[in-house]
Amino acid sequence: MASVKKEMQSLSKEKMVEILEKMLVIRNFEEASIKAYQQKKIAGFLHTYIGQEAVGVGTLAHKLPQDSVVTTYRCHGLALALGMPAKEGMAELFGKVTGCARGKGGSMHFFSKPHNFLGGHGIVGGQFGIGIGAAFKSNYDEDNAVSFIFFGDGATVQGTLHETMNLASLWDLPAIFICEDNQYGMGTANARAIANTDIASKAEAYGMKGYTFNGMDLNEVHGRMGDIVKEVRATRRPVLVHMKTYRYTGHSVSDAGLYRTKEEVDTYKLKDPIIAVSREMIENKMITEEEFKAMQKKAKAGIQEALDFAEESPEPPLEELTRHVFMDDVGNA
Amino acid sequence: MPMIEMREALNQALKEEMTRDEKVFILGEEVAEFNGAYKVTKGLLDHFGPKRVIDTPISESGFTGLAVGAAMMGLRPVVEFMSFNFSLVAIDQIISNAAKMYYMSGGLYNIPMVMRGPNGAGPRVSSQHSHNMESVYAHFPGLHVMAPSTPADAKGMLKAAIRCNDPVIFLENELAYNLKEEVPEGDYIIPIGKGDIKRQGTDVTIIAWSRMMSLAKTAAEELAKEGLNVELLDPRTLKPLDMPLIAESVKKTNRVVVVEEGHYFSSLGAQVAESIYTDLFDYLDSPIARVCQSENPMPYAANLEAATLPSVEKIIRAAKQVTYRN
Repeated sequence: MASVKKEMQSLSKEKMVEILEKMLVIRNFEEASIKAYQQKKIAGFLHTYIGQEAVGVGTLAHKLPQDSVVTTYRCHGLALALGMPAKEGMAELFGKVTGCARGKGGSMHFFSKPHNFLGGHGIVGGQFGIGIGAAFKSNYDEDNAVSFIFFGDGATVQGTLHETMNLASLWDLPAIFICEDNQYGMGTANARAIANTDIASKAEAYGMKGYTFNGMDLNEVHGRMGDIVKEVRATRRPVLVHMKTYRYTGHSVSDAGLYRTKEEVDTYKLKDPIIAVSREMIENKMITEEEFKAMQKKAKAGIQEALDFAEESPEPPLEELTRHVFMDDVGNA
Repeated sequence: MPMIEMREALNQALKEEMTRDEKVFILGEEVAEFNGAYKVTKGLLDHFGPKRVIDTPISESGFTGLAVGAAMMGLRPVVEFMSFNFSLVAIDQIISNAAKMYYMSGGLYNIPMVMRGPNGAGPRVSSQHSHNMESVYAHFPGLHVMAPSTPADAKGMLKAAIRCNDPVIFLENELAYNLKEEVPEGDYIIPIGKGDIKRQGTDVTIIAWSRMMSLAKTAAEELAKEGLNVELLDPRTLKPLDMPLIAESVKKTNRVVVVEEGHYFSSLGAQVAESIYTDLFDYLDSPIARVCQSENPMPYAANLEAATLPSVEKIIRAAKQVTYRN
C-alpha cells in the first residue's frame, strides 16, 4: 500500500492541479444546479455530490479508457470526474436536447459513451448487475478492463448487491464495488437500517477482499484506489471498498435535513476535501494562493458557460418523444 | 422438411445464431451441464464451451442485470428463465433497466438481449408456477414480446429476436416443447411484428397465440364439422401487434374471438379487442368474445385447474356466440 501521507508529493503538479480542478468543477456545478432548481430551471429530483468529491475524483483518476463506470442517481459528480463536459450535464438538467441524454434522462440518468459511463440509475441497487455485466464483457473480450460500481450505503442491504458479489466472485469478474457511505439512506441513519455497518466485512462472505478508508481524504482515496485498481486489473478478482464520506446537502433538494444536526454537518465541512487539498498544495508550494483563486474563478466561469449553454439550448423537438424507444424499426410499433 | 419438436427448433435457432455471431452467449439456470431444464439448450455446452453457455446460480436479478450490462458493452446475451414465473424476481432489471435504457440514455446504449423461457401454466403446478406474463411485459415501452405457437415459427422468430438490437421477451410454453412439426432447414427469419394466418376461413376470426393456438386449431376442426368456417390468426409477435393482418381478417369475417391463457382483466387480449374496436368497429357484426383464464390463482386440483384454463369447449362456445349459433 502506498503511503497516503506521501501520495500528494508523489504526484506531479499537473496531476494534482487536474484533480483539484475536477473537484472544483463538481462543487460549482452542483451549487449552480441547486440555484437553478430554486429558479425552477430544473425540476424533478436533484441529488448533489457536494462533500463527496474526493471519492469520485480520487477513484476515477485510475480509470483507463476501456474501463466502465456505473452509479446511482447521485451521478453528476462521477460524470464530471470522468471528463464529461459540464455543459452536457447542465443541459440535461435543464431538459434540453443538447444534454448528455438528449433531455430524456434528467438528473438521475447521466450517460457518456466515450467514457463507458453506463449511467446514473434511479432504483437503489438496480445498477449492480450492469456493473458486473461490464466486468463479464471484459473477460469475454479479454480487454483487461475493470468495472467501477458505485453505490450508496443504503444499497448495501438490497439483495442485488449480495447476488452480484456472489456472481462476481464465483466467476472472477474484475468488478470494484465502491460503497460511498455518506451515512444516511435518505433520512435514515445507517445504524437504523444496516445490521452490520462494517460494510467491507461483507466481502468476506463471498470470498472477496474488503477495504475501508476515509473518503474525505483525497490523498487516501487516490493512493489506496491506485493500488486496488492495479490489484483487480491483475488478479481479475472483485473487491469491495467502503469509503466513509459525507454529503453537505440533503438527500435531494426537497430534504429539510431534520434527521441530523447542523453541528454534525459543520464538523464535516471542516474536513472538506477541496479545502484540504488546496491548503496542502499551497503549503507544499505546488500552487500559490493566487493560483488557487484563479482556479476557483476558472471553474465558476466554466459552470456559468454551462448554464448559458443550457439556457440557450432548445428543448427536445416533439419527434424525440417516440425516438429511441427502440433502435430497430420493426414496423407496426 | 424434417419433423422436429419445438425444443429442437429453438435449439437450432440458438446454435445457428451463436455460430453466426460470437457476441451471442446464453446464460441461465441449468442451461449448460444439465442441458436445460426442458432440453432447449441440449448440446450447446459441448459445442460452444463454458465461455458462451453458462450455468448461473439461482440469482435471476443478478444474472439478468449482468446481461443488461454485458449488452450495454456490446455483447448479445440470451437469458433463459427456467420459467417466466422466475422472471418476476428480475423484473426491475427487465423493466427499469433493459426496457428503459436506450430511451433514457438518449440513444447511447441499446440493449440487444433476448429473455426466453416457458410462460403460462404447466401441468398441475398450482399458483406460483402458472403465470402468464405477456400482458405485464407488453405494457412497458421498450420491450418486444413474442410467443410462437409452432416449431417452425419458433425457430424463425427466435433468430429474429437474437438479431434484434433491442430487448425481446420470448415466451415459450412448457406443454408445447414436444409439439412436432415440419421445420425448414437452415437459415430463415420470421420478422418481429409479423403475424400469420394458420387457417383460412370466412365466418369468424379466432385470434390466439402460443399454446392457445393448438386449442383453437382443434376447435376450428370441430366447428368445421358443424359448418362454421373459422379463420385462425396467430399474431406471433404480441408487441408490436400485426394490426394490418388483423384488419384484413376482420374485414373478411366480421366476427372475432380472442383467446389467451392469461387472466381476463387488464390483459393483452383486452388490448387486441380494444384495438379492433377502435380501428375496425364498422366491420364488426357482433361484439368480440374473449376466452381467458378465470379470475383466480391457479388451483392444484385437476378439475379446478381445468375449469380455470381456456379449453376447446370454451373456444367453441365463444365462436358460436359471436356467430349467433347455439
